[in-house]
Amino acid sequence: MPRRAAPAMADLLLAAACFVLVMVALGLVRILRGPTVADRIMAAQLLGTGGIATLLLIGAATGMPAAVDVALALALLAAFASAALAYGTEGPDDPGATDRG
Amino acid sequence: MSVAWAFDAILAGTVLGVAAWIVVARETFAAVAGFIAYGLLLALVWVRLAAPDVALTEAAIGGGVTGVLLLGAAARLRGGATVPDVWPAAPLRLVAGALCTVIAAALAAVVLLLPEPAPTLAPQAAAALPATGLGNPVTGVLMAYRALDTLLEKVVLVLALIGVWSLAQDASWGGVPGPQGRAARAPDALVFLARLLPPVGIVVAVYLLWLGADEPGGAFQGGALLAAMWILMMMAGLAASPAVSDRRLRLALVVGPAVFLAIGLAGFFSAGAFLAYPEPWAKPLIVLVEAAKIVSVAAALALLVAGPPQRSPR
Amino acid sequence: MILDLFSLLAIAAGGFFFLAGTVGLLRFPDPLTRLHALTKADNLGLGLVVLGLLPRVDWPQGGLKLIVVWLLVLLTGATVGQLVARVAQRPGPRP
Repeated sequence: MPRRAAPAMADLLLAAACFVLVMVALGLVRILRGPTVADRIMAAQLLGTGGIATLLLIGAATGMPAAVDVALALALLAAFASAALAYGTEGPDDPGATDRG
Repeated sequence: MSVAWAFDAILAGTVLGVAAWIVVARETFAAVAGFIAYGLLLALVWVRLAAPDVALTEAAIGGGVTGVLLLGAAARLRGGATVPDVWPAAPLRLVAGALCTVIAAALAAVVLLLPEPAPTLAPQAAAALPATGLGNPVTGVLMAYRALDTLLEKVVLVLALIGVWSLAQDASWGGVPGPQGRAARAPDALVFLARLLPPVGIVVAVYLLWLGADEPGGAFQGGALLAAMWILMMMAGLAASPAVSDRRLRLALVVGPAVFLAIGLAGFFSAGAFLAYPEPWAKPLIVLVEAAKIVSVAAALALLVAGPPQRSPR
Repeated sequence: MILDLFSLLAIAAGGFFFLAGTVGLLRFPDPLTRLHALTKADNLGLGLVVLGLLPRVDWPQGGLKLIVVWLLVLLTGATVGQLVARVAQRPGPRP
């Protein structure tokens, strides 16, 4: 995203980023309230996809090419965090921990 | 620019909401999951504040390494079960809450009452940058203007690791981190992820390291990403946690601060001051220090998460 | 101009899929179904957003990075979905 978008386009991209962010916020409300452990783990995944989309859109709107690098790191780290959360909840006596998955 | 204002307002609201939720969450595991989401969300805030370097670090440390560290700590405290905490007494909570509110209000006042334009050294920093051969002012500050702070930070990282290791029992000193009975096989999906991500992670980490000279990036961000990849491999059983007495491990931990210190001392003879770089050699030396730094940071962070040795050395 | 329109259409379509995913997340009764809404719809939404942003970046680095981001999210989303589903299927009253 080398060139700063024309003002009208920048506003539209920022509006799209705003929309996705609202989706993420709503999703977070539902997820963090969710009764099961599995729900909570999805928070990292939600931010992995929605957060990256928001980042890319902001980067395009404000002409910041570094936002794509942050999105790249975010993709790897959100996956890592989700895996750690999911695996971290398995104890050694869990039935799910000894089968072939 | 009302769209931008709306975006910032929603972002701020979401961050505050998640933070409030973390504080009131009943189970530690839920709070840690919220904390990881919070760290990833803060990366967005930093990008919005035009600080991609900090965003990278926040995502890697707050969203990745620290989150897993807290997860491990919570598991150690409760033997892995997600039972609710015992809450402290109400007056204590009230006092703590009041104190936190006062501090938050003071910080907000300091930031919001800054004179416009805020006093800054940014123009001078940018003006002196060509002498270092770098293009990224953040790296210039970290590695040239305030190199002493960066050197001390790397030493502090090693000291913190020694502190964590000192929590081991005498019998397992020098041994391997990780609980005794971790014989259960990791799920296949996790093993697949641990085979897929680390190669990509290594490429991206080296890319961030190389990029850090001229664009947002740097050794610390790359190192944190590498640490996350190593932790993933250890979780999946694809890499064994090294024993803390392993010589190669200790070498890897020390190489970053050692190279930095050596180049700093050489600065006495080549440029007249500690941590001064001779001008035509500035950028190659900085890149060398960063390359050593990424190894040490990765090793230190991964081992901080792995924890104190719990099994005696083989 | 045409490219701008294409970008906007693709991003709007991506936004629609995000909306669908979030509605699913809010309304589905069960963690597994919510997981499905989250990983499938949001990934597709992200893919469309990436598609819409491709004309705006300089090739090859910018475009390649965008595509790598999307591929990573796709692959890891599927795998993480598996892991979370295992957690969701465990018996017993977990809080």
